[in-house]
Amino acid sequence: MKNPKIKMNDANEAVASVAYRASEVIAIYPITPSSGMAEICDEWAAAGRENIWSDVPEVFQLQSEGGVAGALHGSLQTGALSTTFTASQGLLLMIPNMYKIAGELTPFCMHVSARALATHALSIFGDHSDVMACRQTGFALLASNTVQEAQDLALIAHAATLKSRVPFLHFFDGFRTSHEINKIETLPDELIEAMIEPGDIARVRANSLTPDRPTIRGTAQNPDVFFQAREAANPFYDGLADVVEAAMAKFGELTGRRYSLYEYEGSEDAEQLVVIMGSGAETVAETAAYLNAQGRKTGVLKIRLFRPIDLKRLVAALPKTVRKIAVLDRCKEPGALGEPLFLDIVTSIEEARQTGLLPDSFCPTVIGGRYGLGSKDFTPAMAKAIYDALLEPKPKRRFTVGITDDVTGLSLPVDEHFDIEVKSVIRAVFYGLGSDGTVGANKNSVKIIGEETTNFAQGYFVYDSKKSGAVTISHLRFGPDPIRAPYLIKNASFVACHQAQFLEQYDVLEYAAEGGVFLLNSIYSPERVWSQLPKEVQSTLIEKKLRFFIIDAYTVAREAGMGGRINTIMQTCFFAISGVLPKDEAIAKIKEAIEKTYGKKGPEIVQKNFEAVDQTLAALKEVVVPATVSAGFSMPPVVSAQAPDYVQRVTAVMLQNKGDHLPVSAFRPDGVWDVGTSKWEKRNIAQEIPIWDPSVCIQCNKCVQACPHAAIRSNFYSPESLDGAPDCFRSVDFRVKDYPDKRFTIQVAPEDCTGCSLCVAVCPAKNKSNPREKAINMRMQAPILDAERANYDFFLQLPQPDRATLKDDVKFTQFKEPLFEYSGACAGCGETPYLKMLTQICGDRLFMANATGCSSIYGGNLPTTPYTCNSDGRGPAWANSLFEDNAEFGLGMRVAVDQQNAIAKRMLAGLRAELDDALVEALLNADQTDEAGIAAQRERVARLKPALEKIGSPPAKRLLDVADYLVDKSVWIIGGDGWAYDIGFGGVDHVLASGRNVNILVLDTEVYSNTGGQASKSTPIGAIAKFAASGKPVGKKDLGLIAMNYGNVYVARVAMGAKDTQTVNAFYEAMRHPGPSLIIAYSHCIAHGYNLAAGMEQQRLAVSTGTWPLYRYDPARHAEGENPLRLDSRKPKEPLYTYTDNEARFRMLKMKDAARAKELGQLAQQFVDERFALYERLAAPYVKDGEASN
Amino acid sequence: MDLSTKYLGLELKNPLIAGASPLPDDLDKVRGLEDGGIAAITMYSLFEEQITQNLVGSEAHIGAYENSFSEAASYFPEVDLLERGLEAYLEQVALVKAAISIPLIGSLNGTHDGEWVNYARLIEEAGADALELNLYFLATDIEMSAAEIEDRCVRIVEAVKKRITIPLAVKLSPFFTALPHFAKRLCGAGADGLVLFNRFYQPDIDTDEIEIKATLDLSHSTELRLRLRWIALLSGRIETDLSVSGGVHNGHDLVKSLMVGAQTAQMVSGLLHNGSPKIQQTLDELVHWMEEKEYASLEELRGCLNFLHCPDPEALERANYMRVLKSFRPVASFKNPGAPRQ
Repeated sequence: MKNPKIKMNDANEAVASVAYRASEVIAIYPITPSSGMAEICDEWAAAGRENIWSDVPEVFQLQSEGGVAGALHGSLQTGALSTTFTASQGLLLMIPNMYKIAGELTPFCMHVSARALATHALSIFGDHSDVMACRQTGFALLASNTVQEAQDLALIAHAATLKSRVPFLHFFDGFRTSHEINKIETLPDELIEAMIEPGDIARVRANSLTPDRPTIRGTAQNPDVFFQAREAANPFYDGLADVVEAAMAKFGELTGRRYSLYEYEGSEDAEQLVVIMGSGAETVAETAAYLNAQGRKTGVLKIRLFRPIDLKRLVAALPKTVRKIAVLDRCKEPGALGEPLFLDIVTSIEEARQTGLLPDSFCPTVIGGRYGLGSKDFTPAMAKAIYDALLEPKPKRRFTVGITDDVTGLSLPVDEHFDIEVKSVIRAVFYGLGSDGTVGANKNSVKIIGEETTNFAQGYFVYDSKKSGAVTISHLRFGPDPIRAPYLIKNASFVACHQAQFLEQYDVLEYAAEGGVFLLNSIYSPERVWSQLPKEVQSTLIEKKLRFFIIDAYTVAREAGMGGRINTIMQTCFFAISGVLPKDEAIAKIKEAIEKTYGKKGPEIVQKNFEAVDQTLAALKEVVVPATVSAGFSMPPVVSAQAPDYVQRVTAVMLQNKGDHLPVSAFRPDGVWDVGTSKWEKRNIAQEIPIWDPSVCIQCNKCVQACPHAAIRSNFYSPESLDGAPDCFRSVDFRVKDYPDKRFTIQVAPEDCTGCSLCVAVCPAKNKSNPREKAINMRMQAPILDAERANYDFFLQLPQPDRATLKDDVKFTQFKEPLFEYSGACAGCGETPYLKMLTQICGDRLFMANATGCSSIYGGNLPTTPYTCNSDGRGPAWANSLFEDNAEFGLGMRVAVDQQNAIAKRMLAGLRAELDDALVEALLNADQTDEAGIAAQRERVARLKPALEKIGSPPAKRLLDVADYLVDKSVWIIGGDGWAYDIGFGGVDHVLASGRNVNILVLDTEVYSNTGGQASKSTPIGAIAKFAASGKPVGKKDLGLIAMNYGNVYVARVAMGAKDTQTVNAFYEAMRHPGPSLIIAYSHCIAHGYNLAAGMEQQRLAVSTGTWPLYRYDPARHAEGENPLRLDSRKPKEPLYTYTDNEARFRMLKMKDAARAKELGQLAQQFVDERFALYERLAAPYVKDGEASN
Repeated sequence: MDLSTKYLGLELKNPLIAGASPLPDDLDKVRGLEDGGIAAITMYSLFEEQITQNLVGSEAHIGAYENSFSEAASYFPEVDLLERGLEAYLEQVALVKAAISIPLIGSLNGTHDGEWVNYARLIEEAGADALELNLYFLATDIEMSAAEIEDRCVRIVEAVKKRITIPLAVKLSPFFTALPHFAKRLCGAGADGLVLFNRFYQPDIDTDEIEIKATLDLSHSTELRLRLRWIALLSGRIETDLSVSGGVHNGHDLVKSLMVGAQTAQMVSGLLHNGSPKIQQTLDELVHWMEEKEYASLEELRGCLNFLHCPDPEALERANYMRVLKSFRPVASFKNPGAPRQ
C-alpha cells in the first residue's frame, strides 16, 4: 500500500473525496455549508475523475433536496451505490424519503455538515438541530469531531451501510469542521477498496429492483400486517453496532487510526464527566486534560454512533468512578424534559442499572445543557464552566453555556480569561477585507506550513454578513503537534490588520496576547503612524507590551505592478515576523507557492509576485512603541447619537463584533426586529463616490433609479427650503413645467455608497466640452466626506413631494421615497434597484414574502436591515419563511389580507347605522387604483377610527382592529431564479393558478447566487456554472410562457438597463392587475464574471441580442379584443456573442473547451432566434372580423 | 506554372498566405483554406496583454469575490481563466497544425519588454513552423523618443529570436521615421522576414453620442500602395524575406507585390469576404497574367520593379509626391458620397 498523502483539507473536501470514490450515483443540490462537497464532486466528474472501480460517477443536480431524496431512492432501489450531501432545511426536505430508504433497508450513506434549522431566524451556521430531526427515520447517525475523523468515518459509514443494510447519515459540524482546514492523512484508493467488500456490493445488486427478477416494493399495508412487517427489521439494528465496530477495527488495522463507537478520554478515576457529540468533544477533551494536569478528575465521553444507541458499549465506556455527568446537546427541543442526547444518556444509565450492566451503586447526578447553537463558539472556558458546575453540590439540572441568560437564568458563568492553549502553538489572527485577498493568502500559508513542513496547521475563517466590503477574520494555528482546538483564537501571538480603517471600527487588538506582535498595513511612516492611532489602540499596544510593525502594502503592491492585491505582501510580512519558519526558508516557500499558483498564468505574474515579496522585506518597519498614550482622538461612536435606543444598546454592540456579549433579555422572544436600522451603520466602504454636476444634468433620475443601495437620491422642492443649506449644497432650477419655481437636487449618501459607479455608467448626459465627464462623476471620498455628509443630512430633511401628485413614470417614481436602503448587497447589484423601485411604488402598503437567497440575506441579515418606513411609520412588511415555500407563504398573506378586508367591510356595513353614512359608503366603494385614491381612503380610515372608539361596542372594537385593511395592500412574492424556476416552482405555479391578487417578482440572475453560483433551470445554454462545469447544454426554462398559459396572469419580462420605461410600466400594471402577476427581472450578478459597472449595458445587450426579449402579457388587453402579449423589444439586431463574450460565465467555456463552446454558442443563437420568432407569432395582432388574413 | 516559393526558409506551393485573422479559430475553415490552395496559414495573434493582463481582469471580477462570504467561497467552478486562455491558444495551434499539411505560422503580438516573450517557445512547441512577431505599437508616451521605441523593438526581436529555433518574421507598422535603417537593425537582431504592414484600425467619432467609436474596416486595394512602395525600397537591400500584408485583394495585387520584391503576399479581407474560393481565383489571375506577359517563373517576376530594378526609381521617392499633386484636378461633378440624397 502506498504511503498516505498528507494534505491540508477542510472536511467538505476530505469527505467528498471518499464519498465520490465510493459512489456510482451522486444527486446534489446546493445548501450552505454542504455545497462545497457537491461542487467538488461535480468538478471531479466534469474532469473525468474516476471512482475506485474506474467509473466516473454520475453527478446530477435536482430541483430541491426533496428531489434529491426522491432521485436517490430510485437510484438506490435500482441498485446503484449512491450518495448525497446536505444540511439544515435541505435535510428536512429529505426526511420523508429517509423513512422509506431506511424502511426498505437500503444501503446508503449521506453526508451532512450539520447546521441550525430556521426557527425565530435563519442561521446558516452549525449545530445539530437538523440531524437530531432525523433520529427517528431509521438512519444510523454517525458523528465526526474533526476534519481527519470526518474523512475516516465517511469511509467507515460507506463500508458499514453496505455490510449492515442500514442507511447512514454521517455528520460533522457545519463550518467549524466542514470549513476548517487542517492537516490530514488522506485515504488512497486501495484503502477504500480494502474497506468495501465486493460481496456487499453484489448483495446490493441482488436486492435491487429489476424486471429480470421482479419484486414489488412500496406496497400499502393494512392493520393486519403493517406492525409486524415493521418489526421485521429489528435484527438489522440490533447488529449494527457490531458492524460499525468491526469496520472501525478494520480501518484501524489499515491506517493505524483507531475509533470506537463511544470513546472515553480523561482521567481513569474521573468524577466529573461530560458527554458530547461533534467538534465540541475535542474542546472538552483538551480542557479535561488541562484540568486533570492540575489535579482535577474529569473526563469526556465522545458519542460517535448516536443511532442506533448501543447500550452495552455506551455504559461500558463510562468510568465507574463518575459522580456527576453533564450531557451537552447542540440543539434545542423546547418543552422537552431535556434534549435528545441527555434523555438517551439518562435512560441508558437507568436501563443499564435495571439490567445489571451497571451496578445499583452507580447513580451519578446527570444534568443536561445546551451549547454552541448557530455556531456559537464553544471554548475551553465554557467546558471548564461545565466541569466547575459539576463540582457544585446542586448543579443546575438544565443549563446553557456560552451565553448570558438573564431571563430564565439557565446560563453558567464563564471565566473569559481561562486559556489552555500551549506556548508551542503559534496563533495568528488577521483582519482583512473580502476583496483584498487576505483569506486566500492565509489558506495558502496554512497549506505551505502544513504540507511543506513537518509542522501542523489549522485555518478557520470568519466572514461578516455583508456581500460588499465584507470584513474577514482569519484564525490560524501552527505548531509541532496535531492541532485540535475547534474554537476561535483568543490570545494570538500575532495580530495583523490589513486595513487601517478597522482600527477605528473594531477592537482588533482584543485578540492580541501580551508580548505579541501587531502588524498594520498603513500609509504612514514609522514616525507618523503612532499619531494616527486612536487612544484605545495606543493604550492596548502599551498595556499588552506588543511589538508593532507596519508596512505600506498598497504602495508596495502598486510598485510591483500588482494593483490593489496586497495578499502576497501581507503574507510575506507574517512569515518574516512570526518566525513560524526561518525567514529565508519561508520566503523560498512563499515563492514556491507563487510559482505553483501562478506558474501557468505566465512568468510575468510570477515575476510581479516575486518582486512584491522582495520589496516587502525592505518596506516592513518596526515602530518603537512610546511609553505613553498621546492620541488626540478616540474610536468614534459606532452609531450616531441620534440612533434609537435599541440600536444604541443592541445593534451597535453587534456592529463592533461584540454581539456574543449581549444577554438573552436584549432580544424579543419571537424573532421580531425593528426596521430601518441600516441607516445607522455608516460603512464608508467606497474609495470614490459620485458627485453631481448640475450644469450638465438633464434631470432624468436614471442614476437614482440604477443605484442598488439607494445611496443617490433626488428631490424637488420650493426655494425657501434651501434656507440653512450648507454652502456647498448643490441645487438648480427644476426643469419640469408642471412644477414651476421649484429647485432640484441629486445628492449622494457619502458613507452608504459602495462606489460601484453604476450611476455614472447609466448617466446619459455628457459634459459637452469634456465628454469624459458626465452629469455625475466619481470623486475620491475622503477629501469631500465632511462636506457631502453635511449635504446629505440637509438633503434628507427637505420636504418630500406629495406622492399623490407624482406621475407613474421613470422620473417621477424616483422622487418617491425609497423604503429599501443601504443594504449589504454586492456593489453594483442587479437585483436591488428593482426592489428599491418596488418600495417607491407601493412601499407604504406592501407585504413582501421573500424566498431564502441573496434577497433574503441582504434583506434580513443582521446586524442591520435595509427595509424601512416613511415619516408616517408605514413601510414594507417583510418576512422570509423558507426557500421552497415562498409563493405559498405570500399567497397566505394575500388570503389573510383579503379576509381581514372582508371582515372590515362586513363590520362596517353592520355599523352603518351608528356611523356617518357617507363615510361608510365612501369607505366601501373607494377607488384605490392610484395614489390619490389610496390617500383619500387613508384619510377616511383616519376619520373612521375615532368614530369607532366613540361607539366603543364590541363590534366597533373588532372593526378597529382591522380597519387599516380597508386600505388596499399590495402583496409581492420575491425571490431568485433558484426559487422560482427550481425549488419553489410547484408553489409558484399553484399560486399563479390560484387567481388571487398576488405579484411574483423573480430577480433572475440565471444562477444560484447566494450559495455561490450553481446552475438553475434559468441558466442559459453555454454558461458555465457550478453543477454545470461543462457549460449548460439545455436552454433556459421559459417561465413567462408557462405563466401566460393560464390566460389570467399578468406576465412581464423586464430589464431595467435596457428599457426602464417598460420596467416601470410593468411594475405598475402588475400591481394594479386584479389577479396574479409575474415579473421576471433581468438581474446582473457577480456570478456572471465582469465589472458590474457595466451591468446596465449588459442588460441592454441582453435585450438587443434577443436573449432577453422584453414583453408584457396583460390579460386586460384580451378583454378589449387585443392580443394580450405585446413585445417590447425589437428583433435581435446583434449576434448573441456580442453579449456573451463580455461575461466570464460564457467566456470560460470557450477557454475550457472551445469546440463545445462553439457548439453550444450556435445552439444558443438558434434558441434565441427561434424563441423570438415564436414570440413574434404569439404577439401578432388579433385579426379582427372583416380583416383579411394572410 | 510553377508557383513554388521559399519564404522564411519554408517551402510554399505558391506565394499567397492567409494573414493573421480569426479564420484559424475554426478548423473547418482552416481545412477550407488549404483545400482552396493557400500556401500557408498565419494564426490569429496571442497578445501580450492576454498574457499579462488577463489575470488582472479575472482577479478583479472573479478573484475579488472569492473567500469573502460565508455561504460562497467562490462563484465559479474551478476553471483557471487565464491559464486556459493561453493554453487554448496553444491547443488551437496544435489542432490547426494537425488539420493541415501546409506550413502554419504562429503569431505573437506585443510591444513591451517582459516575460511574455517566453510564449514564443510555447508556440513553437505547439507545432508552429514559423512565428510572426507583431510589433503593433502606437507611440503615445510623450516622454519616449523614436530611438527608444526602435531600441525596444530590437530588444524584443532579439529576445524572441533567442527562444525559438523556427524562423521569425516581424510585422511592422508603417510609422517609423527611418524605416530602411530600422529594418536593417531588425534584420541584425534576428528577423528572418519582415511583414509590411500592420493595419491600424483608426477610431471614428460618433457625433450623436459625442464619443470615440472603435471601427473595424476591412482593407481595400488602395492600401496596397503604401506596402508596394516600402517593399520596393527594401527589396534587395536587406537580407530578410519580405511579405506584403494589407490591400491584397486579387491576382493583380499579388502580381504587384511580387514585382516590388515580396516573397509572399498575405490575404485576409478577401478571404473574410469571399471565403476560400478567392484563393484559386487570385492564383488563376496571377498565372493568367504571367502567361499573358510571358513570365516563365516567379523568380523572373519577383523584384522587377523594386528600387534597384525599376526604370524610374524617383516614382518611389519624394519626386512622386510632386508629380501626383500636380496631376490632381478637382472633379466638377464631385458630390459628397456621405451627403443625403435629394
